[in-house]
Amino acid sequence: MPDLISIIVAKYNYWMYIILMMIGLYAMIAKNNLVKKVVGMNIFQTAIILLYVSIGAKKGATIPILEHVHSEQAHAAGSHMIQSVEYINPLPHVLMLTAIVVAVATLGVALALLIRVYNRHQTLEEDEILAQIREK
Amino acid sequence: MNQQLPALLIIAPFLSALIISIAGWVNKRLCFPIAVVGLSIAAWSSVGLLLRVLDEGLVLYRLGGWDPPMGIAYYVDHLNGLVLTVVSVVALLNLIASKKTIEQDFPEKIGPFYTLYVLMVTGLLGIVVTGDAFNLYVLLEIAALTGYGLLAMGEDRAPLATLNYLYMGTIGACFYLLGVGYLYVVTGSLNMVDIARILPALYQSKAVLAAFMICMIGVWLKMAFFPLHAWLPNAYTYAPSAASSLIAPLVTKVMIYVMIRLILTVFTPKYVFSTLTVSEPIVWLAVIAIVMGAIFALSERNLKKMLTYVIIAEVGYMVGGAWLGNRAGMTGAILHIANDALMTLCVFLVVGNIVYKVKGYAFEDLKGLFRKMPFTMGAFVIGALSIIGVPPTCGFFSKWYLISGAIQAGHYGFMVALLFSSLVNVVLFFRVIEIAYYEPFAEHHGHNSLPEQMAEAPLMMLVPLLIVAAGLVLVGMYTSDIVNHIIQFAIPKGLV
Repeated sequence: MPDLISIIVAKYNYWMYIILMMIGLYAMIAKNNLVKKVVGMNIFQTAIILLYVSIGAKKGATIPILEHVHSEQAHAAGSHMIQSVEYINPLPHVLMLTAIVVAVATLGVALALLIRVYNRHQTLEEDEILAQIREK
Repeated sequence: MNQQLPALLIIAPFLSALIISIAGWVNKRLCFPIAVVGLSIAAWSSVGLLLRVLDEGLVLYRLGGWDPPMGIAYYVDHLNGLVLTVVSVVALLNLIASKKTIEQDFPEKIGPFYTLYVLMVTGLLGIVVTGDAFNLYVLLEIAALTGYGLLAMGEDRAPLATLNYLYMGTIGACFYLLGVGYLYVVTGSLNMVDIARILPALYQSKAVLAAFMICMIGVWLKMAFFPLHAWLPNAYTYAPSAASSLIAPLVTKVMIYVMIRLILTVFTPKYVFSTLTVSEPIVWLAVIAIVMGAIFALSERNLKKMLTYVIIAEVGYMVGGAWLGNRAGMTGAILHIANDALMTLCVFLVVGNIVYKVKGYAFEDLKGLFRKMPFTMGAFVIGALSIIGVPPTCGFFSKWYLISGAIQAGHYGFMVALLFSSLVNVVLFFRVIEIAYYEPFAEHHGHNSLPEQMAEAPLMMLVPLLIVAAGLVLVGMYTSDIVNHIIQFAIPKGLV
């Protein structure tokens, strides 16, 4: 049992992202309201963004900005001057900037579609909309 | 100029999308020519690229001059050279063919429609040309978001159907992103070739297995592989005909290309077919996809919806063929990407013409159409024969490769499913042809006062359709050239 706890604690960022992702997925599958599904979708996307952000982090590392070092000097000085352990990995964070933009755009499209669905059916409850469609 | 073709391929449609969105404010008539120019440049560069690949093999393009593992690189080889050509040509033909329906369906939204259309083609071409796993995700979302916009412009039920597609499509893309994240964690690279170089030492790792399966599930969601297909029929049926004849032939096919690219380049066939033991159940899933697609199609009384279920069955063909794990099956799957794009374009353009003239696509609307629209229905017969798989048309040849792959692999279930689906397609399409040929034209909706006279769609819609129909036969006749000169080199030598 202590083993299990230490495993969970050691990799808690992964557990957190899985829990968040499952919350999002649950909302998308189980909720009847279309807006709640959109919220679930956003939680789902955010979970993956958090995974990426967490894999770039390192204990005791700092932001990846080299002070007082010109790029030529850095190259000339070789690896002993710049230890990658001292800096967090910026690449996953940069990638997630793009993913956040994508998530916002998806949210925008989803909300626009929701407005059209609402104008058409006067409700956003999925079962009521399906009942309306079936009546015709 | 020739050196810059891979960049031009993406830049030209992308810039023309921006220009269209501005031109739409000034004068709506400017939008169509700009779109044609943008997509023509894309088609010209993809054909040029394919010829160059045939000449000198792999083309590597460094964006911004950065070398591959750090910078983003575009790789064009025989596999995506072929798919690029198919995508750009199909998009261009459909653009020209659908001009009239766009003007009829939403005259006030021409500018936004063409902007989304060209931007979507940019996304699809980008997915195919890129050699970077994360770049692929971004382009995937560009293609998907514009696709939602195009599909939602349709009938009353289109927004709801598109919303369902959006939920599923977002989950699919997120799964792909998650898989790429796992790959990045284990390899520290996003470049596909670089990942493939690092991976062999990690083949026993559970994280690689998780990355592979998560990517696959994401891609299957996007391509509507059977248990994950629920979004597709409604979204494609209620879409405007110009959008559905762009999206139906291309999106699922491009996603199958992504799957094959992941199998062949990133994870390599050695890992996918030897180290993993999942190909057998996946081929069985494909069998179920084919059979269920065929059965659902049989139960439809509506031409467009029936065709969407045919697409689901065709997705099963290609997934099954790719996962048979032998050369013939993979050849069949790649050949079927090209053939199925053309076949689907052909039948969906026919639906577009019918909707343009008759304002409906239920079976009752088809009565007497052979007399009314003989050329359109003639093209439909060729498309139907190709989907069934009758010899001179291209559909026969890819099915032939798939079946011989199934026999080589000893997977008779897949072979039986292919034959069953062909038989069902015979029933499906001859039922439609029978209604359109023998039943008298019905006086409904009051749209047509002279039932027995010919009322063919305008030439602008008809000529591209006839070109596609002729293309189905031509591609069929030149199949051996395509296989010997292109597809043979697209499959790595290790796969026998």
